[in-house]
Amino acid sequence: MSGVRVLVGTRKGAFVLTSDGKREAWDINGPFFGGWEIYHVKGSPVDPNRLYASQSTGWFGQLIQRSDDGGKTWEPVGNQFQYDGVPGTHQWYDGTPHPWEFARVWHLEPSLSDPDTILAGVEDAGIFRSTDGGKSWQELPGLRGHGTGQSWQPGAGGMCLHTIIVDPSDPDRVFVAISAAGVFRTDDSGETWCPKNRGLRSEAIPDEDAEVGHCVHRLAMHPSRPNVLYMQKHWDIMRTDNAGESWEEVSGNLPTDFGFVIDVHAHEPETIYVVPIKSDSEHFPPDGKLRVYRSRTGGNEWEALTNGLPQRDCYVNVLRDAMAVDSMDDCGVYFGTTGGQVYASANAGNSWVPLVRDLPAVLSVEVQTLP
Amino acid sequence: MIRVVLPAHLRTLAQVGLEVELEVTGSPTQRSLLDALEAAYPVLQGTIRDPVRQTRRAFVRFFACEDDLSHESPDAPLPDAVVSGVEPFFVIGAMAGG
Repeated sequence: MSGVRVLVGTRKGAFVLTSDGKREAWDINGPFFGGWEIYHVKGSPVDPNRLYASQSTGWFGQLIQRSDDGGKTWEPVGNQFQYDGVPGTHQWYDGTPHPWEFARVWHLEPSLSDPDTILAGVEDAGIFRSTDGGKSWQELPGLRGHGTGQSWQPGAGGMCLHTIIVDPSDPDRVFVAISAAGVFRTDDSGETWCPKNRGLRSEAIPDEDAEVGHCVHRLAMHPSRPNVLYMQKHWDIMRTDNAGESWEEVSGNLPTDFGFVIDVHAHEPETIYVVPIKSDSEHFPPDGKLRVYRSRTGGNEWEALTNGLPQRDCYVNVLRDAMAVDSMDDCGVYFGTTGGQVYASANAGNSWVPLVRDLPAVLSVEVQTLP
Repeated sequence: MIRVVLPAHLRTLAQVGLEVELEVTGSPTQRSLLDALEAAYPVLQGTIRDPVRQTRRAFVRFFACEDDLSHESPDAPLPDAVVSGVEPFFVIGAMAGG
């Protein structure tokens, strides 16, 4: 492996951080698209120089940017995200019907086999696909139309489809997560979808084990075990061992099980990471201490990782798409904060250093391990 | 030629300076002017008007001749001073953000 590229989306632009395989010295490039919200930047697994970025503002809407040189230069491609047919309504915060309205792209998931094919998760929740490198987008309407869409409600951040995970052993199988509807799975490449929320319990909804309505914050999967997924729900860390057919709680000894991010070690499928956040009304770490928690047992038993992280007066948040891992021999773990820091560990979380301290609020972090 | 002044973010996107000049045939309106702008600079499609509904984005305003034309019909004729190029047509990103 020749190096690592960290793709950072922030409230006011994108940044590309690069290092050689030692991961000691870092070049910080950016801001790209200064002044625009960059919800997500992600590279193609089959062509690491092909990157996609979601660029938006409340003023001028949504653009998708594409780079073919690893982020040195960018080209705006498509920006038309039109829901299929008559979009219908979902529930608004007050429970009244509200028309589906496109707001922005939260998450971009390039194909595992074709650099021109990419999925986009959007607000209001839906999933789109492009097969021409992001120039044109078509909705996969079976998700919104599968039957429960009218009952979906937004979370505090909007009704967003924020997680897309393609099963590497069966690319027709895709998992998505929506705040605040829950997890859905397709086994036919997006034609049909089913809720996969059995075992989730959410006290904030009338029927706490309802089929949909759960505020799932993030999913993670190790590619070698596609039937095992981990979840940071609004409250609760969950896992499934049967591709979402049932979930069990593995919050264990965490100081709080609220949070946004969750990720899996690149080489140890049972080693997972979360960043506990005090509560849904206090979006900062407990006791002013920024701590990553690691479980080497797939959940339930957690240890705090604090070496190099601020252990006093720290009140930042770590948003749902803002943690990633590299696949170097000694797995690197990276996360960004709303305070503009990007922290990295080159030893699986044992110690941390800030790669950069003063970016705009970080919305997303992705990592490419370069060949 | 009709002069159009774009906000900074859209100038960056379109890779143009403060003003662009556009030829609009017939009796120019907001709609035909914006159609001409988007034809000349396709990257601006969807940034000023919703790409589906073709309505002005909520945080975008149109000013000219010291008037706010934002709520005019998109098919109303543009002021003579704009059509003749004496005055520019301003596309404004509404001030917001504290």
